Amino acid sequence: MIDLSALILADSRFPGGGHVHSGGLEEIVTRKLVRHERDLPRFLSGRLRTAGELAAVFAAASTHAALRDVHSGHWKVLDAELDARTPSLAQREASRAQGRGTARAGRIAWPSPVLDGLLTVTPRPHHPVMLGALVGVAGGSPLDAAAAVAYLAISGPASAAVRLLGLDPFAVNAVVARLSGELRAVAERAAAVAGDDPSRLPAPGSPALDLLAEAHSRHHKEEVRLFAS
Amino acid sequence: MPVNEHEHGHGHGHVHPVNFDPAAAEPDRYEPPSTAGRAYRIGIGGPVGSGKTALVAALCRALGDDIDLAVVTNDIYTTEDADFLRKAGVLDVERIEAVQTGACPHTAIRDDITANLDAVERLEDKFPGLELVIIESGGDNLTAVFSRGLADSQVFVVDVAGGDKVPRKGGPGVTTADLLVINKIDLAHLVGANMEVMTSDAHRMRGELPVVTQSLVETPDAPDVAKWVRSLL
Repeated sequence: MIDLSALILADSRFPGGGHVHSGGLEEIVTRKLVRHERDLPRFLSGRLRTAGELAAVFAAASTHAALRDVHSGHWKVLDAELDARTPSLAQREASRAQGRGTARAGRIAWPSPVLDGLLTVTPRPHHPVMLGALVGVAGGSPLDAAAAVAYLAISGPASAAVRLLGLDPFAVNAVVARLSGELRAVAERAAAVAGDDPSRLPAPGSPALDLLAEAHSRHHKEEVRLFAS
Repeated sequence: MPVNEHEHGHGHGHVHPVNFDPAAAEPDRYEPPSTAGRAYRIGIGGPVGSGKTALVAALCRALGDDIDLAVVTNDIYTTEDADFLRKAGVLDVERIEAVQTGACPHTAIRDDITANLDAVERLEDKFPGLELVIIESGGDNLTAVFSRGLADSQVFVVDVAGGDKVPRKGGPGVTTADLLVINKIDLAHLVGANMEVMTSDAHRMRGELPVVTQSLVETPDAPDVAKWVRSLL
């Protein structure tokens, strides 16, 4: 059974600052490329297999690291390796903002010297690394952490679509549910490499999401954006 | 008489540890968490257009000279309120942080206060010795209140143009905020609002909690609210 920590961390009610991020959805809605429920599956599936899979890989690796109580230098290496796989500054910033928020809430729920060590060397950790470490500290598995971040990679944008476009929440919920097979595959692939050397971890990416994130951040300086990413 | 120490109709005269009267309100009897080593945080909430930003500007004018303060604004249109404060010239631009709320202003001040705490911490890092941070909520509904994890005290702002029934409708904003401000009282005769009804309803809903009525046209520096804020610091 999935560990409760992963369920808590994947819950949209977890107070880690996730609700102000749309994962590129607001920008793509502004460009009228996503307008209806029927546009959502392709966007979410693409996001799951790129940004979602990258997050899953690092969350699983982080849980693996927390479970074997790595030395603090390892957290710095994971942080740098994820930086290297995230070409968009806006995306790195969004990830660190959520990592910091998750750390604030998570340290109170699951206090641990492992987390203290991680936050000493990376005070604003990437979100998947922080979430993975929390799941490890709580006693969950790399697969639990990978599934949680992969789910968050699609549930956040799906919720933003309901808020921005007024889509039918039942239809959007069904879109997310239909991605369960893909999500399981993403999480299993990530868990399978959780113990690899960080430099050898996969680097799936989506240039389109990188560009959307940069455009979002640029437009926010000129006109209104409701979400931070 | 404190609300819990009352006689029942059947006269057994004990003191209730908890008050079960849903209409009763009373001051928070628990000690607030310590604010030592950080700025005091006041939340200002209330419906859209009730005058939250104007009140923030008035407080900056009234308090800015002798209190080291900064503002976090949560307006839906992220930069709008910050621009208003900048244009009003009441606060250094550097002392205003705007927060994006993901289209859910009440979530950002109540259920998940991360973005607001981040903004407060950025201001505290930038201005060591900061004494007061005013956090302005985006305009929301009568149920939107600040989490105690974010605001040490909170003000709920309603206005007469929203209708004199608003205080009677209650909701956590009206019944539990540390201060209720009824704004724009200069407009009461134009919109047919009965001030007597409004203030007596407000007091009835709030028990011992204070109510201020004001018009920022007549008293642009919000003296009653400013005095209340000073009493907290």
